[in-house]
Amino acid sequence: MMKKTLAAAILATTALSGAAMAEGTLEAVKGRDLLQCGVTNGVPGFSVPDEQGNWQGLDVDVCKAVAAAVLGDAGKVKYIPLTAKERFTALQSGEIDVLSRVTTWTQTRDTQLGLNFTGVTYYDGQGFLVKKDLGLQSVKELDGATVCVQSGTTTELNLADYFRANGLNFTPVVFDTNEQAASSFDSGRCDAFTTDLSQAYGLRTRMSDPDAVVALPEVISKEPLGPVVRQGDDQWFNIVKWSLFAMLNAEELGVTSANVDEMKSSENPNIKRLLGIDGPKGKGLDIADDWAYQIVKQVGNYGEAFERNVGMGSALKIDRGINALWNQGGFQYAPPMR
Amino acid sequence: MSKEKSRAHEAPARKKHDSGTRFWNDPGKRALVFQTLLIGILGFLIYTVVDNTLHNLETRGITTGFDFLHEEAGFGIPLSLIDYTEADSYGRTFIVGLLNTVLVSVLGIIAATVLGFMLGVARLSDNWLVAKLSTLYIEIFRNIPLLLQIFFWYFAVLRALPSPRQSIELFGGFLNIRGFSVPKPVPEDGFGLVVAAFVIAIVASVILVRWNHKRQDATGQIFPAGWVSAGLIVGLPLLTFLVSGMPLSLDRPELRGFNFTGGMTLLPELVALWLALTIYTAAFIAETVRGGILAVPKGQLEASSALGLPKRRTLRLIVIPQAMRVIIPPLTSQYLNLTKNSSLATAIGYPDLVSVFAGTTLNQTGQAIEVISMTMAVYLTLSLLTSLFMNWYNKRMALVER
Repeated sequence: MMKKTLAAAILATTALSGAAMAEGTLEAVKGRDLLQCGVTNGVPGFSVPDEQGNWQGLDVDVCKAVAAAVLGDAGKVKYIPLTAKERFTALQSGEIDVLSRVTTWTQTRDTQLGLNFTGVTYYDGQGFLVKKDLGLQSVKELDGATVCVQSGTTTELNLADYFRANGLNFTPVVFDTNEQAASSFDSGRCDAFTTDLSQAYGLRTRMSDPDAVVALPEVISKEPLGPVVRQGDDQWFNIVKWSLFAMLNAEELGVTSANVDEMKSSENPNIKRLLGIDGPKGKGLDIADDWAYQIVKQVGNYGEAFERNVGMGSALKIDRGINALWNQGGFQYAPPMR
Repeated sequence: MSKEKSRAHEAPARKKHDSGTRFWNDPGKRALVFQTLLIGILGFLIYTVVDNTLHNLETRGITTGFDFLHEEAGFGIPLSLIDYTEADSYGRTFIVGLLNTVLVSVLGIIAATVLGFMLGVARLSDNWLVAKLSTLYIEIFRNIPLLLQIFFWYFAVLRALPSPRQSIELFGGFLNIRGFSVPKPVPEDGFGLVVAAFVIAIVASVILVRWNHKRQDATGQIFPAGWVSAGLIVGLPLLTFLVSGMPLSLDRPELRGFNFTGGMTLLPELVALWLALTIYTAAFIAETVRGGILAVPKGQLEASSALGLPKRRTLRLIVIPQAMRVIIPPLTSQYLNLTKNSSLATAIGYPDLVSVFAGTTLNQTGQAIEVISMTMAVYLTLSLLTSLFMNWYNKRMALVER
């Protein structure tokens, strides 16, 4: 049902509202004093509501950072949960301002959907979960297996590619949401469950016997996950892009939510530029000069967000690995703020 | 429209009296002008919407057009009535999804009709228990949302089945959480003869029934054509099958590795959807049938028994033909509902059109407008075809007035 509504929405907006969209996302967000952010239906560590119903997660922190930069308040976000199938249409039709929903950056999505990826919040890869008692050592032993997978994802394509390339047979069982796919695997409908590893670990914690489920060693794909915005609104694209860069730069410079006020009096020119005391400030972005200060103050730097949501400070306990900063052996690298 | 037309026909008659009617005073011509104007405006509106959509899609850099149908799909589908591999095109996923939708709809329509008619008749039964049980069934199942029923069958009932290794053996098949694996009949050389015998038997039966009607009209004598035809249709192919040395082998399912290989497997997703659609729609059909039977005037039954017709023949010759006239139009609606409701398949992972094409394909290509339009066109076409068939059947069943 949702899909049809969305399709109707995209038809309506694309057909009738040539002018309304030209206004620009920044003005629209400022006008309604609220950022509309597309998130998942609940992926632990990335976007999931806690016991009080507040959304938490790495993807959620990106939404908060953008809200802090644009509106000066990380709380002014409306989270809109979307399935994998609904997400791009929701963004195209203007239902959301930014999509921050464990979305893999691919050529088709970047070039053919009228969308732009603003960066990478998490470098992920696709893996497989199986029951321990099968005694499997490798994905290559899964010939003839039934595999549960979420529909409309790169995961679904990688699965078919990998099995075909290795001459293996499999039967996919495709579900709308990752939770359904995981619970179907849990109940024995499938021999294996495949998804991005970060999500696999999160979903495993919810299974009836998490210790009886293991991940196979192969990582069969590259899954750079990042926020997405509509193509053609460069100003908004820049804001979302630099919100993430500010978080990364803050970590690199050692500025955290705890020490950001002290850092304001720092003599380090890089920190001065980060916090908007010096340098380009908010000029080209058309937002407040202290935008990056607000992000760090209210949301924290990238390292804080990572540890709190998916790292050692969370239930997922994922190692920083390739998601560490460039100078600490990882891939995370932000252009300088000057 | 028809009113205007009839007036237009009257116009020439009036013209004789006052040939000087102004253009605007002639209702026929005036109507024509307004109708042309309306069509023109409508056409312009549609053109504007389409043109504006295309323009806006282009300015936003969203790819349009139907070229994607030829691109390689690259994802797997668990159930396909035609050959399908990941290397096939998105266009083929459309066909696969369409056929899966048709499959579950046809299965559902057949089962729901049989069950619905039985329940409808049962609710009118003189037997108190049978009537009350039927009422209970109808009231329960038509008042629970269909999606919940689908979830119930899929997540509550079929999930309780054992793993493939602990399969339950049933009628030579194996029942487990992955589905019901049964032996698959594989025709060998000479099986064509059996098929031919089957066709001959059907043709012979049709001729027999026609001959019987004619003879009955002429002489009043009745030949038990129904029983003979049934015997022919079953017996002739069976005899051919035995005589030609049973040209059929069975491909039995075998537990190899993770799953049963060989044979045929009835997917649990299909079973759950089929059960839910059947049980839900049958409750509505039962009420339609009950209404139809009650619509037959009591006098007809009394007249029938006055003529000394036995109860069974009264039902077959008096009640059913008259009841069918009332039943068919709402029955058509139920068939259409069932077909459209089958799109709920996407909730439990049955690969129907909405799940495969308006789901995975839409998301992989991102061409929402094209994909949704095609999907809507399919449901519209399927519904119109069903309506067309049922209207034809309705006409056949309609009262022939002499």
